[in-house]
Amino acid sequence: MAYNVYFEDVTVGDELPAWSRKTDFMNWNRYAAVNDEFVYIHMDDEAGRAALNEQGAFGMGNLRYAYIVNALQDWIGDEATIREIGCQFRAINQKNDVLTVVGKVTDKKTDNGEHCVFLDIDVVNHNGEPTCPGKAVVVVPSRG
Amino acid sequence: MTTTEPEHETLITPEMLERKGVWGSARVSPPVSESDIRKWAIAVYWPETPPRIYWDVDYAATTRWGTIIAPADFNPFAWPIVEARVEQAERQRADADVDKPRANKGRRGMNGGQVDTYGVAMRPGDVITSRSRLRDWDERETRLGLTLFSFSETEWRNHNDALVKVRVATAIRY
Repeated sequence: MAYNVYFEDVTVGDELPAWSRKTDFMNWNRYAAVNDEFVYIHMDDEAGRAALNEQGAFGMGNLRYAYIVNALQDWIGDEATIREIGCQFRAINQKNDVLTVVGKVTDKKTDNGEHCVFLDIDVVNHNGEPTCPGKAVVVVPSRG
Repeated sequence: MTTTEPEHETLITPEMLERKGVWGSARVSPPVSESDIRKWAIAVYWPETPPRIYWDVDYAATTRWGTIIAPADFNPFAWPIVEARVEQAERQRADADVDKPRANKGRRGMNGGQVDTYGVAMRPGDVITSRSRLRDWDERETRLGLTLFSFSETEWRNHNDALVKVRVATAIRY
């Protein structure tokens, strides 16, 4: 994969290639296993409902964050660098949601020799609802 | 006739004032292993195959990294050795019981999000040291009533003292 994106080729308004996953216990349990994140609200429908989510257990915010990391890294390539990600968890990831990471380039500039690309990002569900709005900065190579 | 001064309401506790800006004790991770990284990558890319940089040593050797690296969100502190996991589980059950009275101000909370700034990548063999502090807060009236936004800062460095990550997390209480 190496580098996929070069600074000169990026234009404000460019969109991040959409990155999607349908989420359920197959995703959540694997994430719980690697992150030692065994929390009842993510494992048990009864606990999810007790926490006022009528649909039961729901997904981890940390996993949605991981999807943002993956979408950015897959876009820029594995030798380019994510410099910053900021986001807020605004809505719940329900079972069987199809989550899609979206992003749009808002700016680009060279700072301390680093070619930085700035994006607005979000994770939207299959109803188009934003669940995790935020911003990101990635560092990509220059052709120069 | 007596008058009563209105009570000055605040969610800021004496403990917060004491802790503000003070780094807590450091935590040290076990050495990061190739297997930890591979499993993490499989989980966060499930059901698709994760990129080779996270599991293919031969491929990784051809990149500028020269070695497998971890996804930026990899947590080297997962699975600590702790005692009393049974008590921990019971506490979690109790916390899930949202029907219990929560009359006191500041008892309700939510995750207000986070900003992560990344430095060097984590690699197999890295030992990561973490330290945290309560950096600052902002208390104001919102539609939820008196609301406290507190900002905690966590810094990770590798065994060469290179900065891996700084997270500023926002906790909201009202």
